[in-house]
Amino acid sequence: MQYRSVQRMSRTVFRSTLTTLLLLPLYALATGPLSEQRLSEQRKGEIGQIVQQDCGSCHGLTLKGGLGPNLDPARLAQYPNGFLKATILHGRPGTPMPPWGPLLSADEIHYIATQLRSGVWYVP
Amino acid sequence: MSRKFSLLTLFITLVLPLSSPLSACELRGTGDLGIVIERASGSVQVINTTQRESLGRIEGLGDLSHASAVYSRDARYAFIFGRDGGLTKIDLLCRKIIKRVIQGGNSIGGAISQNGKWVAVSNYEPGGVRIFSSDTLELVADIPATAISEKKHSRTVGLVDAPGNRFVYSLFDTGETWVVEMDEKKPPTIQKFTGVGIQPYDGLITPDGRTYITGLFGEDGLTLFDLWNLDKGATRILDHYGRGEQKLPVYKMPHLEGWAQAGERMFLPAVGRHELLVINSGEWSEIGRIPVHSQPVFAISRPDGRQIWVNFAFPHNDTLQVIDTQTLEIIHQIQPGKGILHMEFTPRGEEVWVSIRDKNRIDIYNTETFELIKSLPAETPSGIFFSHRAGQIGL
Repeated sequence: MQYRSVQRMSRTVFRSTLTTLLLLPLYALATGPLSEQRLSEQRKGEIGQIVQQDCGSCHGLTLKGGLGPNLDPARLAQYPNGFLKATILHGRPGTPMPPWGPLLSADEIHYIATQLRSGVWYVP
Repeated sequence: MSRKFSLLTLFITLVLPLSSPLSACELRGTGDLGIVIERASGSVQVINTTQRESLGRIEGLGDLSHASAVYSRDARYAFIFGRDGGLTKIDLLCRKIIKRVIQGGNSIGGAISQNGKWVAVSNYEPGGVRIFSSDTLELVADIPATAISEKKHSRTVGLVDAPGNRFVYSLFDTGETWVVEMDEKKPPTIQKFTGVGIQPYDGLITPDGRTYITGLFGEDGLTLFDLWNLDKGATRILDHYGRGEQKLPVYKMPHLEGWAQAGERMFLPAVGRHELLVINSGEWSEIGRIPVHSQPVFAISRPDGRQIWVNFAFPHNDTLQVIDTQTLEIIHQIQPGKGILHMEFTPRGEEVWVSIRDKNRIDIYNTETFELIKSLPAETPSGIFFSHRAGQIGL
């Protein structure tokens, strides 16, 4: 039974990864050029709160990690921007990282990925 | 006259400085005291549930996101487990830090042994459990979890104390449950149970200290251990629950601490569902589900078991629901503000304290009339821990 469950999970992971790869170009097309300038200062503030408090419940208030990994900008630099955005949008199947697509717009996800990379929310 | 003056001077210069640090410590019982974690500012408030007031603030406890606390058996000291691996022992009467150690890089919670001699901390980084003397906070045992790579060991979750000076916890990455038995005269012994399920995310022990249950994130169901008959190993329960149904994204992991029980009925937050599971605690079978506002995080029973108070995950964390355990109906709902993170009942349950993070406020409610009795200011409050936990197994 243990084996079957593992198999089931890896199938799910495969399926979701495939979906992610297939959807990525569509996502880029559908949203057009992404710009954080389309976000109001107030919304940016709210997103900062969400990242600190709600992403922080797994990644830590300081973003140094917890159940979720450390979001040190030096570590994030090894991943392309698209990977970060896809992770936020679709989550990471097989891990506790949920898809944030249902709650955040493409512009907002772009803003989060950019800010995470710059390290403004990271407390060393 | 001058002799009197010099005596007075002598008194002021010698005796007063000696006595003033002592006078900061109160002569009083601690049975109606508690602490409120202020997660963003790294501080705790010491509060009194009779006067419903804050007695003061203790600062300098580091990163307290996801912090929890246990009490010494005399209920004078609290041990606070911070996210940053900090373990801090505070004195409620003198309202100061007794000792603070950084024992790991990233921790998730802790427990105190039955005899009060040891405090155990569950760590994500380095993955494992470390056990300290509750008196001195000196390291007594370092128990790394199963290795998952050359550098990393499994994250540990769901650490509780159990009768027999045991600590029970689960390994998130490798699907195990370990039982550590402490003994003053010999090194700790460890029993390891493998294959308990995919990604155990939290654990709880029933108030009688007999049953340990770990919730699974990676698959349906829960895993149960009867600590009176450990040789029987793990039993899977509610294996069928939700099989084949599409789960919703989980924006905050439910907490299993604060196990809600009323008679033979037990209530658990379902993972990735807008439901509470109702379980028969004799047969460990599902006897129903209660549809609730959103994904539940904590489902905590009033000490008499008559009500269950439930809070919810982001983005619906502005709501509290109260369920009657006889009718299984939602009898009350309030929306006091965003970021309702925790609820704690007074020892006999006539009032409940609720932390509302984004309002920087603690609200105190009467649990019969649901009337708001008082609000207290607190900086981004999260966990609330009252001192009567000192005498309760698993808390």
